[in-house]
Amino acid sequence: MTPNSVAIVGAAETTELGRIPTLSQIGLHADAALNALADAGLTIQDVDGVATAGHNAVEVAHYLGIAPSWVDGTSVGGCSFMVHVRHAVAALEAGLCRTVLITHGESGRSKLGRYGPSIAPALFDQQFEQPYGVTAPPNRFTLPVLRKMKDDGLTEEQLAMVAVVQREWAAFHPRASFRDPITVEDVLNSRMIAWPFRLLMCCLVTDGGGALVLTTADRAKDFPTRPVYVRGVGEGAETPVVSQMKDFGSSAAFRTSGRLAFESAGIAHSDVDHLMIYDAFAHLPVYGLEDLGFVGRGEGGAFIAEGHTRPGGRLPLNTNGGGLSYMHSGMYGMYALQEGVRQMRGVSPAQVEGAKISLVHGVGGMFAASGTVVLSNEA
Amino acid sequence: MSDPTRFIPVPTPETAHFWEGARAGELRLQRCADCRKAYFPPRAFCPECGSREVRVERASGRARLYSYVINHLPAPGFTAPYAIAVVELEEGPRMMSNILDCPQTPEALVLDMPLEVTFERLSDEISLPQFRPAKGRAA
Ligand SMILES: [Zn+2]
Repeated sequence: MTPNSVAIVGAAETTELGRIPTLSQIGLHADAALNALADAGLTIQDVDGVATAGHNAVEVAHYLGIAPSWVDGTSVGGCSFMVHVRHAVAALEAGLCRTVLITHGESGRSKLGRYGPSIAPALFDQQFEQPYGVTAPPNRFTLPVLRKMKDDGLTEEQLAMVAVVQREWAAFHPRASFRDPITVEDVLNSRMIAWPFRLLMCCLVTDGGGALVLTTADRAKDFPTRPVYVRGVGEGAETPVVSQMKDFGSSAAFRTSGRLAFESAGIAHSDVDHLMIYDAFAHLPVYGLEDLGFVGRGEGGAFIAEGHTRPGGRLPLNTNGGGLSYMHSGMYGMYALQEGVRQMRGVSPAQVEGAKISLVHGVGGMFAASGTVVLSNEA
Repeated sequence: MSDPTRFIPVPTPETAHFWEGARAGELRLQRCADCRKAYFPPRAFCPECGSREVRVERASGRARLYSYVINHLPAPGFTAPYAIAVVELEEGPRMMSNILDCPQTPEALVLDMPLEVTFERLSDEISLPQFRPAKGRAA
């Protein structure tokens, strides 16, 4: 890709976040899509490319009244939207379409109009993991962590600090689900979910959605909002089952996706002013910081515990409060992208002053896949 | 002990040898004749080098506790809290397991402790490979 060849010209979340008993899954897609199009000053007639995950992309397009000439149904978990951005850049650069709408909607809490129990079913999972009583992300995504604690020195207190620091960021956001300050003791004393993981180390389960509108950079100045350019992108995939992850202390998908994003953007780590790392659970920002190369192996937990990612720190991370405090519908990646866009537009309630580059990193499944997007507000 | 609430795997042609072995009390791996690597889960070719020259072999059944969580969420057929673990087989591959015949506590479940395979009968067709602390070896 060419850096900054494509811009995000519309971005919005659903009108409500949290508990939304009036909209089913597809209704959340549509609400977010219409909000994002309004943000861009466009209508459904202007869209010729549609991408979504966790839902039939054709159904989403048809529901909105769009008959697209480009469609991407890549569904590799919660990072699918980062991957869609990458695929959209390729499609827009190639002239396959002119205006791409990426949608997310998920009734994670109210469970209205949901698809099946798994967004990415896997054969190996059904034969070699499910018989052992794995039932949900809290008791499978967490499986590698004890190994990392022993090998890399990660501690329970450091994991607790991830939740504490992100709650500090959430306090800035009126739309965040949880905004009251918490302490390490609060986290460690919260209900045990899957030892060593307590409730406050696990993401929320809420309803919501979000959408993005992308077009080529040459058109970007015609829109009402400040264009946010896609400076770099990456994606990667490793395994559908967490038990077969090669290195329990490091994600191969993260490393590949991050390396590609930095290379395509042509930036160094010191250029990143703002960082989002998908945090379904407290260990993910630790893996993310290490695998993206912001710190060395085994240094991520201490980096967060020392306060470098908190408000006023040198690397603001998960400034919406993340999946731990802002919202988490199930496929959280869209909300990380939304906060990246807000930061680049200069309109986040937790605005990082003068931020020019935001890196947004997602995970899909249980370390199954990854997508990374580098955003910039300078062409 | 066939528990109607337990999730029972359904073998596919490529994994049938594994489940037939388990029913007979054998943990079976596949090994590549070209690159010599043992691998899991089963498939008709080597995921390291792509060779189709692979053989089924009986594993030693010896493993070490590689990582785990102690799940407190309710699960059909299980009584929480119980450990969900990944064990590393002596031959190299890793697989998921519960840890049987052992208190389900952080104190009793020590990373790298030696384990041995056992089989949990789920139905007439399916016996599930499981691991327990190795007998006659220091835990
Ligand atoms: Zn081989």
